[in-house]
Amino acid sequence: MRRKLTPYLLALPGWAWLALFFVVPLAGMASLSLTSGNVITGFEQTFNVANYVDAISTYSEQLVRSLLYGLGATVICVAIGYPAAYWIAFHGGKHKSTYLLLILLPFFVSFVLRTISWKFTLSDNGVVLGTLKSFGLLPADFGVLNTAPAVVLGLAYNFLPFMVLPIYAVLERMDHRVVEAAHDLYASKLQAFLRVVLPISLPGVFAGGLMTFIPTTADYVNASVLGGPGNTMIGSIIQTQYLVNNDYPIAAAITFVLMAVLLLGIFSYARALGTERVMEVQAK
Amino acid sequence: MTAVLEDTAAPAGARGRTRRRVDWGKWFTWGVLAWLFAPITFMIAFSFNDIQGRHNVTWEGFTLKWYGQAFDHADLTQALLYTLAIGVLTMVIAGTIGSLLGLALGRHRFRGQGTTNLVMFAAICAPEVVLGAALLSLFLLVGIATGFMAILLAHVMFTISFVAITVRARVITLDPNLEEAARDLGAGPWTTFRLVTLPMLFPAIMAGGLLAFALSIDDYIITSFVAGDVTTFPLWIWGATRVGIPPQVNVMGTLIFAVGVTLAVINVVVAKRRRS
Repeated sequence: MRRKLTPYLLALPGWAWLALFFVVPLAGMASLSLTSGNVITGFEQTFNVANYVDAISTYSEQLVRSLLYGLGATVICVAIGYPAAYWIAFHGGKHKSTYLLLILLPFFVSFVLRTISWKFTLSDNGVVLGTLKSFGLLPADFGVLNTAPAVVLGLAYNFLPFMVLPIYAVLERMDHRVVEAAHDLYASKLQAFLRVVLPISLPGVFAGGLMTFIPTTADYVNASVLGGPGNTMIGSIIQTQYLVNNDYPIAAAITFVLMAVLLLGIFSYARALGTERVMEVQAK
Repeated sequence: MTAVLEDTAAPAGARGRTRRRVDWGKWFTWGVLAWLFAPITFMIAFSFNDIQGRHNVTWEGFTLKWYGQAFDHADLTQALLYTLAIGVLTMVIAGTIGSLLGLALGRHRFRGQGTTNLVMFAAICAPEVVLGAALLSLFLLVGIATGFMAILLAHVMFTISFVAITVRARVITLDPNLEEAARDLGAGPWTTFRLVTLPMLFPAIMAGGLLAFALSIDDYIITSFVAGDVTTFPLWIWGATRVGIPPQVNVMGTLIFAVGVTLAVINVVVAKRRRS
């Protein structure tokens, strides 16, 4: 009897914490998103679905922009992270763990501080642009900040390790003799890569894509710091509505719209890559 | 992309003997690392910048004075102390609760296991903005005050799953024969756990706890929702961007980075020594 209870007792504090501060809050937010009223008179539960219509029609521009930026950052992360992970896994030799550590080291500097550091590095008369301008290599009014590429590159910068790690984990674990086998069977280098290495590494790409697309789409730190007023993302709207405007029903509704869109994105992405791979990744 | 990969994937062939090949993969990886370290280098360099005004953007000369005056901004120091206190408490609480959860998931089969895995997966994948917004919604509905306790509740919530996964991965690889041997030698379940299981799990528990600490001190988004009047280190930096970031922020960032690098290097050296 006692032994049967053991797992439940072990899991109980974790369950309680996750239920009280993760599951229940989501339900609370769902309830809040259907209320009407304002912060002075109080909010009343009226099952006001119009909040969702309002949220979507008012903020569709920021929502679409967030999805595009998140997608752009994820694509850049794959394009940069895959070759780096591949080289470390196949050619890193005895220094593999050192390279991996180097990829992770920037994480010891706070996320906000790293992003702000980019802002100063790239400021119009800062170390990089200022120096280039003083040599006449760039026009005086040239700027990088407050543009869409600055935001997307900032997002890719901050979340690159989340892409490198899962791809590296899959490539490092795979049996490297299968590549030799492919060559023995007269596959060209490109064929061996496309038909042997790439399919094996897809679960890593999927996991990495998940770990970069979700946080980059919902992030607003990069957009606020590097993007200026013209590049507002949806996360920023949520934060402003909650903390500055105190318009909680609309804020909660936008948050749910963002979640729904992200889930939709993940499922179509899973379909494109094959569903059994999703289960594989989840099982880990 | 594939051109880069293929070039490096090839073993030194016939052509390689006559002409030294450029290792494009290595150059590429070092380029990526240079990109990753660019803003960090800037941050460290500008902690030595002898600025006169408020804006630490252009180089004005070398000085060590900011290290001597690191704690001159009382509110910045207070913010750093809040961050460290929350980080340590999160490490202890999430480390304990998460380890127990990881042990249950790795060792036992029980009802609700699938649901637990799903909830943990969702908690890890959910964007921070959603977690913060949901928590604030609950606190508003129930009337819980935002502030220090609210931040702590939030940080433990979003780090538990990371600890549990780290510990579960280790539990799965443990050899059950060792515990059986202990029982055969007359140890009770508690003694077996204390003297056999716990020491074997200890590295994973430490790793999980340190991960929780690192995630906690770094967090801006969730904290900003539930912080109320409390200002943590990342929140303070965020607030100061408009008026100019004092060099003390660079100093503190550099010191935290130095501690992190030292810990990581020690970890690598110890792991290497243990292997050889």
